[in-house]
Amino acid sequence: MEPDIATTGRSPTSVEPTPEDQPRGATSLRKGRTPKGGDVAFRWLSKGSGWLILLLMAAVAAFLVIKAVPAITSDKTNFFTTQVWDPDGTGKFGIAALAFGTLLSSLIALVIGVPVAVGVALYVSHYAPRAIARPLAYVVDLLAAVPSVVFGLWGAVYLSPNLIPLSTFLSKYFGWIWLFKSTNETYGKSILVAAVVLAVMMLPIVAAISREVFVQTPTEHVEGALALGATKWETMRVAVLPYGRSGVVSAVVLGFGRAVGETIAVAMVLSSTYKISWRILDPGGNTIAANIANRWGDASSPIAQGSLIASGLVLFAITLIVNFGARAIVRRGRKASA
Amino acid sequence: MTAAVYDEVPLSPPNLSRRKLPWWAFLITAAAAVLVTWVLFELTPVYGRIIFVLVTGALYLIAQTALSVSVEGWRHAKNRLMTSLLILAMILAVLPLLGVLGYTIAKGLARFDGVFFTHSMRAVAESDPNGGAYHAIIGTLEQVGIATVIAVPFGIMVAIYLVEYSRGRLGRVVSFFVDVMTGLPSIVAGLFILALWVLALRMGNSGFAGSLALMILMLPTVVRSCEEMLKLVPVSLREASYALGVAKWITIVRIVLPTALPGIITGVMLAISRVMGETAPVLLTVFGNNVINNNPFDGPQASLPLFVYNEVLQSYDTAINRAWTGALTLIIIVLLLNLLARAIARFARVRG
Repeated sequence: MEPDIATTGRSPTSVEPTPEDQPRGATSLRKGRTPKGGDVAFRWLSKGSGWLILLLMAAVAAFLVIKAVPAITSDKTNFFTTQVWDPDGTGKFGIAALAFGTLLSSLIALVIGVPVAVGVALYVSHYAPRAIARPLAYVVDLLAAVPSVVFGLWGAVYLSPNLIPLSTFLSKYFGWIWLFKSTNETYGKSILVAAVVLAVMMLPIVAAISREVFVQTPTEHVEGALALGATKWETMRVAVLPYGRSGVVSAVVLGFGRAVGETIAVAMVLSSTYKISWRILDPGGNTIAANIANRWGDASSPIAQGSLIASGLVLFAITLIVNFGARAIVRRGRKASA
Repeated sequence: MTAAVYDEVPLSPPNLSRRKLPWWAFLITAAAAVLVTWVLFELTPVYGRIIFVLVTGALYLIAQTALSVSVEGWRHAKNRLMTSLLILAMILAVLPLLGVLGYTIAKGLARFDGVFFTHSMRAVAESDPNGGAYHAIIGTLEQVGIATVIAVPFGIMVAIYLVEYSRGRLGRVVSFFVDVMTGLPSIVAGLFILALWVLALRMGNSGFAGSLALMILMLPTVVRSCEEMLKLVPVSLREASYALGVAKWITIVRIVLPTALPGIITGVMLAISRVMGETAPVLLTVFGNNVINNNPFDGPQASLPLFVYNEVLQSYDTAINRAWTGALTLIIIVLLLNLLARAIARFARVRG
């Protein structure tokens, strides 16, 4: 759909004026020096901006690598499998626990957030009466505007104590599930709290993108299903959901990317530990981004700074993979529907 | 075409008037669910508001489905169940927003006073009840302002390149990397400026370093929204301009951009509001400061999100109160920007 608009939006070369075409003495035209010179300069300016974007992205990768490599090579232990973070003392630091915490919290956030987000999208696009659909969509969009530090504050001060009863309940009655096992029945700043905050934060993105694809479902499909006697839900299942599937999947992946990179909100609701643990109700847990925010203050040596930049590089790599994945899914979905 | 079939198979009346539950049946079910949950909570040691809501919801859904199956049949019961679930999802989505807003307003009003907006944290101990965020507000406005001044012309030129000039590979590559930039975590942008500006070039922490990081975060949003708006400008407008012998760049600057302007302004304001609340990159590049530093090019500055973050880390109630008021101020600024942006988008659409 994009390329079509782009090609029609682009002017055919044949209508571009050449100097000979200019009427003589046309005073209303601001010629400047010669239109040709201005055109060339403007064209290069805009093309240069395009190149600058590429340069910027290359520089991001390059500078992270430059600062990260010396730190990783000076690591006293394997950077990718170690679960401690002590670059200044023992010189040992590793990404394993951080990467695990990042992925675990984001995945749980997906499990909590995606059904709600898709439900919201479906409700707003096909269920809600027109009069309230627009305000509802708007309210959900507003959620995206709330700064992450505010979510962090809310998560740390309000949500974390209020989730303690739920944590108690889960570990008491569902403790046989390995995720809900509690080590010593203390609850508070846990991966669960971080996941709930992340779920709330990714909700507007996933909901907005899903809503957009659901709205585009051809009316014929919906009306066809209804005319065959399908109930509203059956219509959703046979017409709307299959049509929007690839869009929803890419929305989920993008939301995941957002959750993986979220820093401050997570740093505020986690009490950092450096241990791989599946027990999401236990206090502790850590993510790559939160660790950078927490440790930057006392990272004064080049190795300490380099180690944090190295972890940032890993985060960058994860988000790149996630984003490429999302785009590949979109492309395949387009091909399939075409 | 199928008239003959209709003649032979008469419509069966029961299909037209299937048995339906009256609306009050669901009201009674809901009331019963609340009652049963209450009794359960009285009898068992379970407690907590969130669990109460969850249990009530689950009981209601089960009861409703059972009732509907017995009266209306499976398909319609399923339909009802899904409708209820979707409404539940909607409530679950709106609740945190109301929760965050309501809680922030309630907590933030305690220090929402003159002192907060006219004083810095200079010589204020964390346990002091006074102190304010004047320095932080100045810092945020300057950093975001500089970031906007750099990112907007840059982003608009990239969008112009993508829409008006690019043919072939470079355009596709640029477009792709703009997408990649959209997914760039804010802390990575902060780390990049830190590695480049602060560590490699040894320029030190400053408001400007923060502006550079925020600029990187604004850029993709600005490019994408400008691109969308430029694409909406009708080709006929451009062709009319060319037909009058106007040069291409003058056409772009004087015809295309003004037509797309309201949309571009909306996009820019949304980008500003997104970047305004960024804490992580500012933490790494601007570093924070307790006193007023009006010069964004020299030395650490404060910033509003950073102020909130730093105050939360203190264990004094006075500091936490300052954090809530800072958060409230931030929300007010960001939401106002958002509302304004959407209002502009609504009342000044690109005219076709």
